[in-house]
Amino acid sequence: MNVPFDLILQIFIVICAIAAITVKDLLSAVMILGAYSFFMCLMWAQMGAVDVAFTEASVSAGIGTILFIAALMQTTRRSKD
Amino acid sequence: MDFIIAKYNYWIYIALMMIGFYAMIAKNNFIKKIIGMNIFQTAIILFFISIAFKKGGATLPILTDADAHGHHAITVAEYINPLPHVLMLTAIVVMVATLGVALAIVIMMYRKYHTLEEDEILKEIE
Repeated sequence: MNVPFDLILQIFIVICAIAAITVKDLLSAVMILGAYSFFMCLMWAQMGAVDVAFTEASVSAGIGTILFIAALMQTTRRSKD
Repeated sequence: MDFIIAKYNYWIYIALMMIGFYAMIAKNNFIKKIIGMNIFQTAIILFFISIAFKKGGATLPILTDADAHGHHAITVAEYINPLPHVLMLTAIVVMVATLGVALAIVIMMYRKYHTLEEDEILKEIE
């Protein structure tokens, strides 16, 4: 059976989303969220939305991760859940 | 069964939306809540891009030699609908703006209460 490429990508995306909200270390969660954004961007490029993929890769995965890390440096990276 | 398999994009989008919504409601840490909000917004963007997508090799064509008289015009079935793409470009920018505001609020709360957990802050307020 030939599994389509975007189905594999979507399974990775769901795994990354679940991992990002279950990991206890906040810096790891933010890194997994960046991986999630890049997988999402790959899937949009595969679905023909290249402009959205570029914007997602630069703005959400780039600047968003930097904002998260800057906020975590000001606060703490420990969490209880 | 055929309906479930043919529209799997939409099922994944619903799953992502529920994951984000669960994180926004049930998680205790503010950064986790913001991560859930991010996942929720990305799921909605995935839904709009899935609306625009057409099967059968449709692209966003670049016409190099089309003229004003309608020559080299291509059929509608070869276009991906570009309107949801443009809407979602705006939504991504709004997503980063809300992320910045939310993180600024979280930093201010950490400076005042020295914790990121919601229950500890509620205990301290009372």
